Amino acid sequence: MSAITAGADEVGRLNAAYADVLGVHRRQFLWPVGLLVLVVVYLAYAFFAFNVPDLIAKSRLDRGILLGLDSVAYKVHVEKNLRRDRFEVAVEGERTATYAEDALPDWVTVTGPNGYEGRVDIEMSGGYRFTIEGESLTITGPDLSTPFVATAGGREVVWTGDVPTWVDLDPRKVEARPTLFDRVQVTSGRILVFRYFWGWEDFWYDFRSPLNGLSSGDLWALAWSDDRIDPDMSNAAFIFSEFWGNEGWQHGDVFKALLETVIMAFLGTVVAAFVGLPLAFLAAANFNPEPVSRFLIRRFFDFVRGVDMLIWSLIFIRAFGLGPLTGVMAIAVTDTGTLGKLFSEAIENVDNKQVEGMQSTGASALTRYRFGVIPQILPVFISQSLYYLESNTRSATVIGALGAGGIGLKLVETLRTGKDWENTLYIIILTLLVVIAMDITSGWLRRKLTGVARD
Amino acid sequence: MAMTTVDQLQAHASSLERRRRFYTGLGAAIFALLVVLGFIGAEEMNSGGFIQGLDNFFDYPRAIVVETADAGTGWFDLLWVYLPALIETINMAAVATIFGTVFAVVLSFAGTRGLQVWPPIVPVARRIMDVTRAFPELILALFLIFVLGSSPVPAIIAVAFHTAGALGKLFSEVNENIDRGPLEGMTAAGASWTKRMRWAVLPQVLPNYTSYMLLRFEINIRASAILGFVGAGGIGTELRKAISWANGADIAALFVLLFLTIMVIDQISGRLRRRLVGGMFAGAR
Repeated sequence: MSAITAGADEVGRLNAAYADVLGVHRRQFLWPVGLLVLVVVYLAYAFFAFNVPDLIAKSRLDRGILLGLDSVAYKVHVEKNLRRDRFEVAVEGERTATYAEDALPDWVTVTGPNGYEGRVDIEMSGGYRFTIEGESLTITGPDLSTPFVATAGGREVVWTGDVPTWVDLDPRKVEARPTLFDRVQVTSGRILVFRYFWGWEDFWYDFRSPLNGLSSGDLWALAWSDDRIDPDMSNAAFIFSEFWGNEGWQHGDVFKALLETVIMAFLGTVVAAFVGLPLAFLAAANFNPEPVSRFLIRRFFDFVRGVDMLIWSLIFIRAFGLGPLTGVMAIAVTDTGTLGKLFSEAIENVDNKQVEGMQSTGASALTRYRFGVIPQILPVFISQSLYYLESNTRSATVIGALGAGGIGLKLVETLRTGKDWENTLYIIILTLLVVIAMDITSGWLRRKLTGVARD
Repeated sequence: MAMTTVDQLQAHASSLERRRRFYTGLGAAIFALLVVLGFIGAEEMNSGGFIQGLDNFFDYPRAIVVETADAGTGWFDLLWVYLPALIETINMAAVATIFGTVFAVVLSFAGTRGLQVWPPIVPVARRIMDVTRAFPELILALFLIFVLGSSPVPAIIAVAFHTAGALGKLFSEVNENIDRGPLEGMTAAGASWTKRMRWAVLPQVLPNYTSYMLLRFEINIRASAILGFVGAGGIGTELRKAISWANGADIAALFVLLFLTIMVIDQISGRLRRRLVGGMFAGAR
């Protein structure tokens, strides 16, 4: 396929012949350029109004990387505490996830009577080896010609040997991190080694649970065996309750919080839709000829919509306390305004012929509404309610974070402790899955109920 | 074709009718059950009950109104004091809307089959829109505040991120519903892809784009105010301070400012949108 081409003289002739038409085209070309300039100027103003250069200077990208790592990896602490005469290997340093002295992980080797008095060799990931003996830590590795030694016993930490770039030297705290996955801190009373591993630790079962570390095949076999672990319940129930009650991950609590959020969105939207519909009839000019009440209802819609969900939820949290009911009220009140307005517009656009047809057969007012009006506004009613159901699932997480409860509050809590980023990621993933599921469900219902191929 | 008597037809029709009624009834019953169970559950999980809550529902607004009345004419100065915070919130929303719209246009063009951008990218762009749309602004904002520190920028990024997906979906629906006549005409005349988009597609989609963008701007003002509440600056931050210090007059001033802004923007954008696309405009958030 080839385009029709015109020579330069031909173009000139066409330009002259259709000057008025092409002139419009050129003028139309000017305003987008002007608009673009305006936007660029505005963004430049905003760039400095929000003090972006300062923000970039102060931002902690390294912190972001560590957070990212922490949310997809876990660390095992190997600690020698000189003040408390203690040696411990524990997942995330948790008291409840401490390895027994005779069952240490295979990358920790103890030579001598025990971990505190003897020598501990720790095999790290990047070919490095950390050795704790007495009060000193020795690092050997591929890029070290002589071992780096830090000694913790005195008032200050002292060091000898080759000092690589990945060591942070400070008499109060020497910190070394040869790779992202190997890290050690030496302070005057303590040597603390962290070794990182990919994955979420003890996601299914607590460290101390008898089920920890079992494969799914083992669990399956266990569920069907008559040999009860807990004499009070069947193995299948035990397997479930151990998972549900996992202390680190709190699957049961997270599920309950998600349920609260979904309840908030669902009930809030239902109440808004069913309160908004009758009010919408009162706000529609073709059904309520009385202007004063119509005006009042419309301003009521504008008011509850304009006050905003943020303010409503703050007021309702004061009145009803924390919990899903508060969220339901906030969503219901705000969306009564939004949905009421949308419905009343739909009602005003109703085709009057069907109502008149019903009237000519002598139908009562109620029958006229039922068969003349409702079938016309039902598609709008259903599709808008479902749209808002999906959007309110998102709003419910936000209201939750303000204090109403549910998954939003759970998220704020885990963020505040700032320790378990893997829990935060877990909650974020679950929230996203719920929102996407609501989106898919409401889209599917919308197509089913309104009989439209696409929304 | 087999002969069918009127009786048979009638029997068939009434059986269909009965089945339809049964399914409608079943659906309604399940729906009612869900509502009742939901309310029972919500009432149980709430820390304060519904009935005693109703009694003190007006306490808080009353306290605010009383303190505002006590402040007298000095209260109007407060509106002036908080104006910069309001402007910051509006700026946050505006910048987020601009960036969000730009990304949304790119995503929606890439995600529409009929626009012949590059077929393999269509499903990719659609999935990206699904995911960014599902992100509640708050989640991303909280995370970014942790990394970048308390400032409006994390909120802007979070709001823009969500806007890209939400607007992208609406834009790609607009793209799919265009009249393909002009596009075919331009293709037949041998116009390049840029020219086809500029002269056959943009004039058709721009009014709808602008109208959706205005609607989004209004929503983003609300979102920015809420994000201020978790430390992103602007009017939300001031509101949280006022609430934790229980300054009734300040709370009232901030409520009024927020309310007026939303009302004004709502009215202006409503009018503009009606002029752009005409008739009823049912917007989805």
